[in-house]
Amino acid sequence: MTEYLLLFISAVFVNNILLAQFLGNCPFIGVSNKVSTALGMAMAVVFVITISSMFTWMSVKYLLIPLELEYLQTIAFILIIATLVQFVEIFIQKVSPTLFRTLGIYLPLITTNCAVLGVSIINIRNEYDFMHTLVHSFSAAVGFGLALVLFAGIRERHALCDIPKPLRGTSLALITAGLLALTFSAFKGLL
Amino acid sequence: MKTLRQEFTKGFTEQLPPFKLVLGLCPTLAVTTSLEGGLGMGLATLFVLIMSNLVISALRNLIPKKVRIAAFITVIAGFVVIVELLMKAYTPQLFDILGVFISLIVVNCIVLGRAEAFAKKNNAVRSILDGAGIGLGFTLSLGVLGFIREVLGRGSVTLFSQANLKFQLLPVTDGYFFKLAVEPPGAFLFLGLILFFINLASMRQEGKKTSYS
Repeated sequence: MTEYLLLFISAVFVNNILLAQFLGNCPFIGVSNKVSTALGMAMAVVFVITISSMFTWMSVKYLLIPLELEYLQTIAFILIIATLVQFVEIFIQKVSPTLFRTLGIYLPLITTNCAVLGVSIINIRNEYDFMHTLVHSFSAAVGFGLALVLFAGIRERHALCDIPKPLRGTSLALITAGLLALTFSAFKGLL
Repeated sequence: MKTLRQEFTKGFTEQLPPFKLVLGLCPTLAVTTSLEGGLGMGLATLFVLIMSNLVISALRNLIPKKVRIAAFITVIAGFVVIVELLMKAYTPQLFDILGVFISLIVVNCIVLGRAEAFAKKNNAVRSILDGAGIGLGFTLSLGVLGFIREVLGRGSVTLFSQANLKFQLLPVTDGYFFKLAVEPPGAFLFLGLILFFINLASMRQEGKKTSYS
C-alpha cells in the first residue's frame, strides 16, 4: 500500500508530467485561459490516460511480446489511443449526454496530446506490472490536471493586469509556467 | 505562388518553429538541456518531416478526406519507428538522452501540422522543400536554446558524448553551477525570455517603419 501511495505522490508532485517531464505542453499553453475549460480538459485527460494506458499495457503484454513485434510499439499505441478516444466519445455521448457536454469538445484534442502516448510508453519502459501501471497513469493524469487548473487560475488573473506588450501571450505564459515548475520542484524533498 | 526558394527559406524566417510558429513545445522544452540533445532531436524531426511530407504529398490524391488524419499519423509513425531503430543501433547514447521523446515525434504538432497545412495540397518537390526548411529551422532553434542552457548551466559544451569532445566556454570551477538553466523550470523561463526578446525586436522594427512613413 505504501508503495502505491509513494508512486502517487511522486507522479503528482515530484515528477509532475507537465512541469518536470514536459509532456502535453500544447494544451497546457493553449487551453488554459479559463479555470472552467481547464477543469473540463483535466477531467477528460484523467479519463483517457487511465483507460488508454491499461489497454496499451495489455496490448504489449498479450499481443506484441508473444508475437515478437515489440518494434511496432509506437504505431500500435497511437492507433489504440486514436480508436479508444473515438470509442469513448461515442460511448459517453450515448450513456451520459450531460457528461458529454462537459467533456465532449476536449476529447478529439486528446489524441494528439503527447501526455497520453508518453505515459503509456513510460509505463512500458519502467516495466510496471498492471497495478503499478494503473496507479501511475491515474496519478500522472491527476498531476496534469492539478498543474493545468492552477495555471489557468493564474492566467485568469493575468487578463486583468496591464502587461508590457512584448511579454503578452505565449511569452508570459511560459515564464509563469517556469515559476510554477520552480514551486513544484520544492516537492522534491518530499520523497 | 511562392518560389521554390521561398518555400525553403520560410522555415527559418517568418515560420521559424517553435518561436514564430508556437508548435512542438514538448520536445523543445524537454531535450534542450544540452546542445547535443537539441540538435539530435532537431535532426530526427527533420528526417521524419521530409519523409512524411514526401509520402503524404505523393499519396495526397489517394487518401480519402475523412480518414486523412489517421492515414497521416500512420505514415508519420512508420518513419518515427525507422528513426528510433536507427538511433538505437548507431547512436545509443543520444537515444538514451532523448528517451521517450523520439517516439513522441509521432504526436509532434509540427509534423502533423505540415502534413495537414501543406503536404496534402502541394506537389512532392514543394513538400520536401517545405519539410526541409521547417525542419532545419526547428533544429536551429533547438540548437540555440540547448547551447544557451548548457553553457549557463554547466559552463561547457559537450559534443558527441561517445567521443566526449568537451569545450570549456565559461571560466568556472567545479563547484559552480547555475543549475536552474538545465533543470525543468529553466526550460520554461529561457524559452519565455527568448520569445520576449523576439517580440521586442520585431516591435522595435515595426515601430521604426511606422515612424518613417
